[in-house]
Amino acid sequence: MEVARFWRTTGQRYQLTGEICPNCGNKIFPPRDVCPTCEHEAKTAYTFSGKGEVYSYSTIHAAPEGFEKYVPYTVALVRLQEGPLITAQLTDVDTHEVKVGMPVEMVTRVLREDGERGMLVYGYKFRPAVASPR
Amino acid sequence: MRDVSIIGIGQVEVGEHWDKSLRELGYYALNAAMRDACIQHIDSLYVGNMLSGELTGQEHIGSIIADFAGLRGVEAVKIEAACGSGAAALRMGYIAVAGGMSDFVACMGVEKMTDRQGNTVTSALAMAADGDYEALHGLSFVSINALLMRRYMHEHGYTKDDFAPFAINAHANAVNNPYAMFHNPITRKQFTESKMIADPVSLLDSSPIADGAACVILAPTAIAREFTEKPVRVRASAIATDSVAVHDRRDPLFLEGGAISAQKAYSAAGVGPADMDLFEVHDAFTIMSALSLEAAGFASRGKGVALAQEGQIMPGGRIPITTMGGLKARGHPVGATGMYQLVELATQLRGEAGKSQLANARLGMAQNIGGSGATVVTTILESSF
Ligand SMILES: [Zn+2]
Repeated sequence: MEVARFWRTTGQRYQLTGEICPNCGNKIFPPRDVCPTCEHEAKTAYTFSGKGEVYSYSTIHAAPEGFEKYVPYTVALVRLQEGPLITAQLTDVDTHEVKVGMPVEMVTRVLREDGERGMLVYGYKFRPAVASPR
Repeated sequence: MRDVSIIGIGQVEVGEHWDKSLRELGYYALNAAMRDACIQHIDSLYVGNMLSGELTGQEHIGSIIADFAGLRGVEAVKIEAACGSGAAALRMGYIAVAGGMSDFVACMGVEKMTDRQGNTVTSALAMAADGDYEALHGLSFVSINALLMRRYMHEHGYTKDDFAPFAINAHANAVNNPYAMFHNPITRKQFTESKMIADPVSLLDSSPIADGAACVILAPTAIAREFTEKPVRVRASAIATDSVAVHDRRDPLFLEGGAISAQKAYSAAGVGPADMDLFEVHDAFTIMSALSLEAAGFASRGKGVALAQEGQIMPGGRIPITTMGGLKARGHPVGATGMYQLVELATQLRGEAGKSQLANARLGMAQNIGGSGATVVTTILESSF
């Protein structure tokens, strides 16, 4: 991954920083500058809680280039508490225990390494939510 | 606007052509189509292709193929819309002929994939997904379709095996298609036991990568009869888009781009799904067949799989699909696929499908899907002889 491309998106990948639409209040991730609901300009930063639930999931046995050594790994669509869906890997979980609707929370992990001397790319993954007293 | 017809069709066998280059494949299909139309000259060439740069190290293939085919000087460009490139090339040709800018236009789809290793091809294909928000997280097209299939099963109460009729029908229909990659029928047992790639998508849910090229020649309908006894009218050609990433869709289980492009096509042709004699569906994965049938109005939400289970997608059913094998069994040379669908549709409408011929094929539709639904091209063709 190119350094500039990596740098541009650190806020999103490390903190789940997206946007909130000043017109309709829609919360947007990934950031896209124009609200997909009302088409109003939406550049106000908004940081998501990182809490959500599994909308769908799959375990990958044949990986794309650069991901071979992680096989098998589980990917998911996660419905964030604030509304948007996000695509990410699941971690710290037995694949057979994953279910649609399972509560999960965001953690920061290595997404990929670009070769022996290449860059380490960090970003969000999701793990089963740790029960906390309310 | 001028009425447009297909006056010639050509294709090469789908498969692993280790002895043929991209430009040769393109030339063979173009040459076959021009011979079929009995013409020696074209005004322009639109080449649908997705991965020539990434997989063969060659871009600029509009002029490469035109020059190789002995057509140096002709207008020629590459059209790219991921797996929707083939039918998108037809759309560009349609605009040119309908708008009066060109009289004879060759629309081609061509792809060369088998020179490279599997994981390289997987990564290249993943470029049709969202690079920063899907592919960076290790997703491939198989896993994106797996996410859709799992959620579809969850919401509509199907099991993985319920998708078997799509693959069984496709393989049965490819047996008599000489241009298809596979000629072996498959059984429900084989489907059930097939190897898992990305749960719940198994090998027999998925279409194979391949090399291939297909081509049609367009001309104004007013002069089509001078070149062929069996012109096939282009009643509609429409493209619509959706978000590239599945997570950005309003409802991941509804192909909005598929619905919009189908509606545009229906209204341009003044017909509806009930009028169709056949439907060439983009069955890159079994789940895509279900979603496309629903988006195009052949089944209501969640009923695409039920339609297949009832046998209505087979020859003689209410809406036969993948009549020459589909992506599953004819093969899926990505940027060429949309043009294979149209060549096969035209073959059925000309009554030249041999043992695969449907009894009443006068009006048919094809839906060619780029990515997981971000570009959808709907084409409606009709026999006019
Ligand atoms: Zn808004």
